[in-house]
Amino acid sequence: MNLTLKIWRQKNSKEAGNFVSYNVTDISADMSFLEMFDVLNEQLISKGEEPIAFDHDCREGICGMCSMYINGRAHGPAQGTTTCQLHMRKFKDGDTITVEPWRASSFPVIKDLVVDRSAFDHIISAGGFISVNTGNAKDANNIPVPKDNADNAFAAAACIGCGACVAACKNSSAMLFVSAKVSQLALLPQGQVERETRVLNMVKQMDEEGFGSCTNTGACEAECPKEISVENIARLNREYLLANLKK
Amino acid sequence: MTRFLTSSLGKKIVMALTGLFLISFLVVHCGINALIFYNDGGLTFNAGAEFMGTNPIIRTMEIVLFIGILLHIYQALVLTINNNKARPIKYAVNAANSNSKWYSRSMGLLGTLILMFLIIHLKHFWVLSRFTDHLTSGEETLFDEMKEVFESPAVVVVYSLAMVSLGYHLLHGFYSAFQTLGLNNKKYTPLIRNAGLIFSIIIPFVFAMMPIAIHLGWVN
Repeated sequence: MNLTLKIWRQKNSKEAGNFVSYNVTDISADMSFLEMFDVLNEQLISKGEEPIAFDHDCREGICGMCSMYINGRAHGPAQGTTTCQLHMRKFKDGDTITVEPWRASSFPVIKDLVVDRSAFDHIISAGGFISVNTGNAKDANNIPVPKDNADNAFAAAACIGCGACVAACKNSSAMLFVSAKVSQLALLPQGQVERETRVLNMVKQMDEEGFGSCTNTGACEAECPKEISVENIARLNREYLLANLKK
Repeated sequence: MTRFLTSSLGKKIVMALTGLFLISFLVVHCGINALIFYNDGGLTFNAGAEFMGTNPIIRTMEIVLFIGILLHIYQALVLTINNNKARPIKYAVNAANSNSKWYSRSMGLLGTLILMFLIIHLKHFWVLSRFTDHLTSGEETLFDEMKEVFESPAVVVVYSLAMVSLGYHLLHGFYSAFQTLGLNNKKYTPLIRNAGLIFSIIIPFVFAMMPIAIHLGWVN
């Protein structure tokens, strides 16, 4: 495959960026999107040019590091797929592919396609945890959990915190991320102790980080590589409303 | 309470509650106005209008209604400004249609069109009945006034297009209000979605039929 890539290049967070076009040739359809980037970067390095900076780590769709806005979609055109698991067979020979970083004031660009997602870490620090005294591992079935709750908590916990929800949302809202993190703990007995303070603190932090608000367009759910449901957002609204009534 | 109302979630809940309140108003307004379809020269309709115009509970609710509309508009403006700030640099390429419906992303635009219509609509009927003695003097009834206003084809077109905007605004707003209030459930959400779809077709359709029917002389 021969492709034209229009890639956002930005030296650092202070300087303005712009699109630069590159041509890549002999790309295998079985390569992942990031492997195609590796090929391009090898070319750039051999020419003595600065390679394109992009986030990646596990390359097996579970770490949440990769973050590219490909042809107008977070993680590209494939459903329920991270950029690293996106394969070049989803594109056609001769295609022009535009690649941009996540765009949100809360996710400032560090360099090229790399954005700073510390805002998510701050939200987790504000309440995305449970306080327990550690000791010997207990038997897994000591605390009964209804199957439905276990399944829903597990589905919410699948969130890898990549930020595609923020990137795809027209308001750069972090509601899907926050709702997944609140839900996974609110649904389980272990999460009950801090249930109210958690949702209050995490929402407060989310607002302080400057994310927009949810207008229920559903773009986050459609673009989420882990297909987290907007049912979680309704649960977050519910949890927040009830916590405000109690505290 | 301040914490709640200044949070992004609290603001959305105000949007949802005022939105649902305005939806309930639409039902009453549509129901009373549909009395013109009795086709009795506006007799039943005028009686309904008379009741709505003089009943003290309804008069109080009119004030609540205006507060509701203003809150809905104010909160929408605050949220829109914040949301725009959250993405100062837009995407060069954005395939938004592949992840969401256009009307769900255009609530502000649709709302503005409805507001523009509302101003015209209030001028046509509300200002006339509340601030002039045009109707109380017995010169004319509200039904006569409707016939007069809807003589103009331009007015009929504006009213009909406004109802299309209202339909799309409701199509997203109805479901969205429930979602924001935390009412999402595998069993009931499809029901809410369908109720919203039916509501956002029937109410604007019945409303739009009023100027059309009067203009074409189907009702007189």
